[in-house]
Amino acid sequence: MAKYLLLKHYRGAPAPVNNVPMDQWTPEEISAHVQYMNDFAARLEKSGEFVDGQALAPEGSWVRYDGEGRPPVTDGPFAETKDLIAGWMIIDVDSHERAVELAGELSAAPGKDGKPIHEWLEVRPFLAAKPSTTECTFK
Amino acid sequence: MNEALIRSLTPGVLGVLVRRGADFAAAEDAVQDALIEAVRGWPADPPRDAKGWLTTVAWRKFLDATRADAARRRREDLVEEEPASGPAASVDDTLQLYFLCAHPSLTPSSAVALTLRAVGGLTTRQIAQAYLVPEATMAQRISRAKRTVSGVRFDQPGDVATVLRVLYLVFNEGYSGDVDLAAEAIRLTRQLVTAIDHPEVAGLLALMLLHHARRATRTAPDGSLVPLAEQDRSRWDTKAIAEGVEILQAALARDRLGEFQAQAAIAALHADAPTAEETDWVQIVEWYDELAGLTDSPVVRLNRAVAVGEADGPRAGLAALAELDASSAGSSSGGYPLPRHAAVAAYLHERDGDLATAARLYAEAAHKAANLAERDYLTRQAARLNTGRPH
Repeated sequence: MAKYLLLKHYRGAPAPVNNVPMDQWTPEEISAHVQYMNDFAARLEKSGEFVDGQALAPEGSWVRYDGEGRPPVTDGPFAETKDLIAGWMIIDVDSHERAVELAGELSAAPGKDGKPIHEWLEVRPFLAAKPSTTECTFK
Repeated sequence: MNEALIRSLTPGVLGVLVRRGADFAAAEDAVQDALIEAVRGWPADPPRDAKGWLTTVAWRKFLDATRADAARRRREDLVEEEPASGPAASVDDTLQLYFLCAHPSLTPSSAVALTLRAVGGLTTRQIAQAYLVPEATMAQRISRAKRTVSGVRFDQPGDVATVLRVLYLVFNEGYSGDVDLAAEAIRLTRQLVTAIDHPEVAGLLALMLLHHARRATRTAPDGSLVPLAEQDRSRWDTKAIAEGVEILQAALARDRLGEFQAQAAIAALHADAPTAEETDWVQIVEWYDELAGLTDSPVVRLNRAVAVGEADGPRAGLAALAELDASSAGSSSGGYPLPRHAAVAAYLHERDGDLATAARLYAEAAHKAANLAERDYLTRQAARLNTGRPH
């Protein structure tokens, strides 16, 4: 029982095998892709492993504190930002192996010519809030 | 009558319905419905015979659901054959439910969820909150689990070891919500102790009680982790410790040692020491040796290295750690480095006076920590050494 983030990048991940941008697919290919993603989420809900899935707009701004009594400083978006996150899915699974298996399935979503994109997804375990109760000598 | 008390009747009532011929999944739903009515109505109007009330209402709910489902004609026949309610073999039923909910065909998370609902009587919402997943996800997990075990015969004997693993998980890995999962695990294990006479069940209960007794002192008010040696021992729950020790001694006297009894013995030696300095580390090492013989778990041998470090000095501890590296390459299943390996190495190096190595290893351990409280604790240790502060 552990939560994992499956992270999808606009930029920053290694190039996928079927590396054709979405705006050069046919409308049917786009529909097939969207359907695959929806079916995948529905399957996870049914298996009791789904926690959350969200997509992000490709552009945002940078914000930081600028001192007492001053408004925050904003900047960007920066076109050169190397790592750009497109969205995520959060799963709750029994093992790391299962998380990898599911990420593999998600990466098989069809792209150009209906062939799998083989997109690289980042799999990141969540940090639990607190340690397990037993099995540790220093607490 | 409080909610926990109402919930304690769950397995008995469910057992009666299943024995009367209700299939497990439908019976479980009916008992849940009856529990909800009980939690709502009993505080104002408690019944004289609580279990009888629940059984009657659950059976009625089951029949209502069955009647509504006209396609399932077979169950209709049960209406005609409704047996007279009477005393049932509740202990056996309870035990069978534990076996069913921990059935080896279930994944660990499914077994945990099903146990908490069908044996513990918790609602799906409560279980979902406890594990920080959406209620719909938990509902699916539970109904899938019920389908998985639907073909299992209710009177088939199970393996108590699988049940213990599930209860251990509940105790160890709860998150939040309005249910105290550690307390719930203790309640369910206590109930199991009355249903089956087995030294490892007693061992697990003792282990839980001994750890639970220290719970209030394991974290500071700001949520940060307080290591065993620095815990305020005057705040340990001496009643829980005494109970744990007594249960453990009775179990050990039967001379059928198992993993949980050995773990409990180690916890008892910690609980027994009036100060950290008075801990009987020599005996603890001996128990770790027993435990290593029973489980062959690298986690056990890692903890053993700490104990060796305390009993025979940090050099001996580091040597024990080196042995572990040689035999398991410092990795556990899944290809991940053994959690806390760097933390243990850091601690032993610090005690050996090699502060630079210790600081580096604490930082590495923080990087590899699997939870926030430990990460922050280990980062503070690294920072303490890097800024030259005394311990």
